[in-house]
Amino acid sequence: MPIMAAPLIQPTRHGLYCAAGDFHIDPWRPVPRALITHAHADHARPGSDEYWSLRAGLGLMRRRLGGKAWLNAVDEGERLQFGPVSVSFHPAGHVLGSAQIRVEHEGAVWVASGDYKRDPDPTCAPFEPVPCDTFITEATFALPVYRWPAVQSVAADIHQWWHGNAANGRTTVLFSYALGKAQRLLAALPAPHPGPIYLHGAVAPLTQDYRDAGIELPSTHRVSEAPRDEDYGTALVIAPPSAAGSTWMRRFRRPALGFASGWMRIRGNRRRRGYDRGFVISDHVDWPGLLQTIEDTGAREILTTHGRADELVRYLGERGLYARPLATLYGDTEEDG
Amino acid sequence: MQGFAALFRELDEQRGTNAKVAAMADYFSRVSAADGAWAVYFLSGRRLKRLIGPVQLREWLTQMTGLPAWLVEETHQHVGDLAETVALMLEASTDSVAAADPGLAHWVETRIQVLRDCDDEQRRAAVTAAWRELDEAGRFLHTKLLTGALRVGVSQTLVERALAQASGLPRPVIAHRMMGQWLPEPAFFEGLFDPRSGQEDASRPYPFFLAHPLEGEPAAALGAIDDWQLEWKWDGIRAQLVRRADAVYLWSRGEALITDTFPELIEGARALPADTVIDGEILAWRDHVLPFAQLQRRLGRKRVTRRFMNEVPVRLMAYDLLEADGEDQRTDPLQSRRARLETLMAPTGPPLMLSPLIEAPDWADLAARRDESRDRGVEGIMLKGRNTAYATGRPRGPWWKWKVSPLTLDVILLYAQPGHGRRANLYTDYSFAVPDGDRLVPIAKAYSGLDDAEIRRLDRWIRRNTRERFGPVRSVEPVQVFELAFEGIAPSSRHKSGIALRFPRISRWREDLGPGDADTLDQARALLP
Repeated sequence: MPIMAAPLIQPTRHGLYCAAGDFHIDPWRPVPRALITHAHADHARPGSDEYWSLRAGLGLMRRRLGGKAWLNAVDEGERLQFGPVSVSFHPAGHVLGSAQIRVEHEGAVWVASGDYKRDPDPTCAPFEPVPCDTFITEATFALPVYRWPAVQSVAADIHQWWHGNAANGRTTVLFSYALGKAQRLLAALPAPHPGPIYLHGAVAPLTQDYRDAGIELPSTHRVSEAPRDEDYGTALVIAPPSAAGSTWMRRFRRPALGFASGWMRIRGNRRRRGYDRGFVISDHVDWPGLLQTIEDTGAREILTTHGRADELVRYLGERGLYARPLATLYGDTEEDG
Repeated sequence: MQGFAALFRELDEQRGTNAKVAAMADYFSRVSAADGAWAVYFLSGRRLKRLIGPVQLREWLTQMTGLPAWLVEETHQHVGDLAETVALMLEASTDSVAAADPGLAHWVETRIQVLRDCDDEQRRAAVTAAWRELDEAGRFLHTKLLTGALRVGVSQTLVERALAQASGLPRPVIAHRMMGQWLPEPAFFEGLFDPRSGQEDASRPYPFFLAHPLEGEPAAALGAIDDWQLEWKWDGIRAQLVRRADAVYLWSRGEALITDTFPELIEGARALPADTVIDGEILAWRDHVLPFAQLQRRLGRKRVTRRFMNEVPVRLMAYDLLEADGEDQRTDPLQSRRARLETLMAPTGPPLMLSPLIEAPDWADLAARRDESRDRGVEGIMLKGRNTAYATGRPRGPWWKWKVSPLTLDVILLYAQPGHGRRANLYTDYSFAVPDGDRLVPIAKAYSGLDDAEIRRLDRWIRRNTRERFGPVRSVEPVQVFELAFEGIAPSSRHKSGIALRFPRISRWREDLGPGDADTLDQARALLP
């Protein structure tokens, strides 16, 4: 059943806009006031006049938006007032400092969840279900084949693979998204490691931001600071997928290539990309987690962003919920997942 | 079962052929003969007769998950493979019995083959029970075996190498033992490892030796023309005629026994002395070679009437001798095999023929003869080193095929459909059309010819330019032009265009052309012989 009042949040050409409070959430063009769920490039874009985001992710936000951006740090659950609208930020469990944004106006509660996951992750605060009337959810992996295996077992697989490569003197190169996934992998790999860990130039500074925020991670080296004739024979190298096939890779002899992503759940994706191994590990919510979360919020209205929106909307509709897709520009970075 | 599932997984994950061979050799050296026989059977691309169709399996999956049928179907399309969809969609079983691995043979015989004698309800119960019992890898394998399409991503050659490694026997011995028809029974697997060369099955053919395509001019690469035996490259069915003891067997290159399809050849072969094996080509022939389409009419028939044999007469064009007097001739040089073949063939007549040699004094003359190919109804010229043995597989060097350039047409992309396996959820199966007045007439399908980057780019274009969806098939804006290459063109009453192309594949994406530049149906008809 549609809700008759004008929507509290709706997409405009600048992004998701709350007219009553006069602010945007994760806008894709510069706006006067931007509330940001997390620091991934498709959600935190530079150029707006002022930004509001969770304190835990401030370092990452600063790196993404530049030193001159006006950043306001918000604590978890802290009440903010924008005109008649009250706003609070709640952990989304996606990456360090990721938030769901709760928006309340005249008794109606909306939650824009950004990206989120329900699986355990020691590098960020766990997702907190926030009761609401309208829940804006991602649909990146909203098909029933996407159910994540336990992180410990995937980490054990990676460890074993690394161990085998190291025994044969082959460098282990693990491609992963530079913000969030890389640090989660670092934290999950069981000790003792078969060799040293090296980070690509895109991964190293973000990892330092995590450490600066008090997240404990194993010690790492930067590839950029290693001597030209460095022996990477037993090393694990973490790099963004864009490094695959680049000249940067030439320094490693006979590297074994792996990719850590939710997309690796599908055999065709694994084989097509030409990696030796695919590891199923994602910072997005899987199918059972998505349905569980919708139930946890108690929302009657579900709005979907990026991914398999059509199928999710139809499925929820058949289950008696009012669901529709929201047009957004999120999820445009191919490496996400 | 779990052991083979683990091997399958490893083969799927390994990219290097040496690692694949090592994984299989390790498996073969510790597996029981019963399991090993089935493993060789599946790994070498053989399959079980399909007992259950995909529609039924999807229906049972829908019941088990409790999800709407449309969602199961969308998900299947997204994954691109039904067995994988089953494996990924069902819950990992928590109380699965990790204790005793039933073994591949036991599993196939007691959980799959018995379904033959079951009714639908019993089949449903058995299949869903197995799904519940197995883990993800096991579910995948089990469902693949049910649908009869286990593609493992290893070639027969790799399986032979692995068996050679595990048994310590030379690969040609293994390759020969794996030829022909055999049952996946313990005795077969034990026989593979038998150190004695002993008695082989009377019907067993030898592995076919294959030629490499010759790109460019032969003069520079191949040295003196006198070193080469030159023959026409016939466009028929490669076949091996096995005449042993009192029987005659005819094998196609796909290792299918086609003895019953060509009774007149079997009759004719009786003129040969016993214990002779000949390699050659089956051709439809009346005064001269007939188009392949004619020969095709003879295929797949259980009973061949005298009348039909007269309608499409066939010949066997003999070009090599693999066994004489029961002795393997394959290591002798080609020129002595040829001399002996000529002696053997001398007293015989039609339907057996001896492949004529081409006399060419130099490469330039040979190139001129090659240009006659299309008029002669052949595909080009074969070049075989006079001193070469009849080897196994396809090593580069001893044999070359120098084909005439293919025919081409510029055609318009009309429909696209997702592929399977490595190409799952990418649009890789294309249908093309040519204009006929102001309508477009489908003319051919093609699946190959684009590189990975082009496939991805075209996939994105197809998704953004879809006009209509019919199940998995999309119709697209008819604006993209491709150059199709093909080996032949023939009239056909089964195609809307009235034309059938032979071996069509994409040779170029003509982004420089618009739909108005495509060839028309009339221009395509003009190519008909």
